Amino acid sequence: MPALTRWHLRTALVWFVAGLAAGVLLALRGWVALPPLFAALTPADFHLLMVGWVTQLIFGVGYWMFPKESSARPRGSERLGWAAYGLLNAGLLLRVAGEPWLSVSPSALPRLLVAASAILQLAAGWAFVANTWRRVR
Amino acid sequence: MPTVSRYFIRTGLVWLGLGFTVGALLLFHKGLPLHPALWRWLPAHIELALLGWTLNLALGVAYWSFPRFLHGAARGPAWPIWLAYGLLNAGVVVGALGPLLGAPGWLLAAGRAAQLGAAALAAAALWPRIKPHGR
Repeated sequence: MPALTRWHLRTALVWFVAGLAAGVLLALRGWVALPPLFAALTPADFHLLMVGWVTQLIFGVGYWMFPKESSARPRGSERLGWAAYGLLNAGLLLRVAGEPWLSVSPSALPRLLVAASAILQLAAGWAFVANTWRRVR
Repeated sequence: MPTVSRYFIRTGLVWLGLGFTVGALLLFHKGLPLHPALWRWLPAHIELALLGWTLNLALGVAYWSFPRFLHGAARGPAWPIWLAYGLLNAGVVVGALGPLLGAPGWLLAAGRAAQLGAAALAAAALWPRIKPHGR
């Protein structure tokens, strides 16, 4: 299994546990008084599971298992693959930090974090598409 | 990789890119507002990212990699899976654009019915291939 796949899969497992932990916190809202910050976790929680866990797992396994692009570049551009990994996870981290923060304090910094998160994740998605397209053959 | 799998996976990649694009616009707008009407694109984001991307990828990879038949067509008849491809993606287009364009309820229901048809056809095509290798 290539190093990039190992990073994707292990990071995906971390997000998987984090997403379910956030789900437990959200489920406790009716029973325990939690800070308002946690109440705003719902969209981030859903994206931890769908982007951090499911999509990242697909990115990692796809990079590993899809047909080779060529003998010279079996997995396409390794640099682009690492870029997709870094952008996706940096974007997700900024979202997890920025989105709940924005809900309790709509100041400039959390606004910028959320907007930057959007740009990073967008770049990650298209980087994966660009690197995978020619291997679908 | 069989042709229909290439169509499924590449279509899934297109929906991934578009789903991430719409999602990024919505998230950016949450931080730095662009236009209030952007929230009308939320159903398109959900449809493209949740159904368009994951279902096309899963079905394409399953049809490609599940155990093959030893006799006759290696992956069974091709038409059911091609029909599933068409119905799934027709449903994704209706589900993504319908709410945005104010499509009538019957059209949205037809889109969901098309996806149901795709699921039934794919299940029927893949079911007999869930078997030990060599049988």
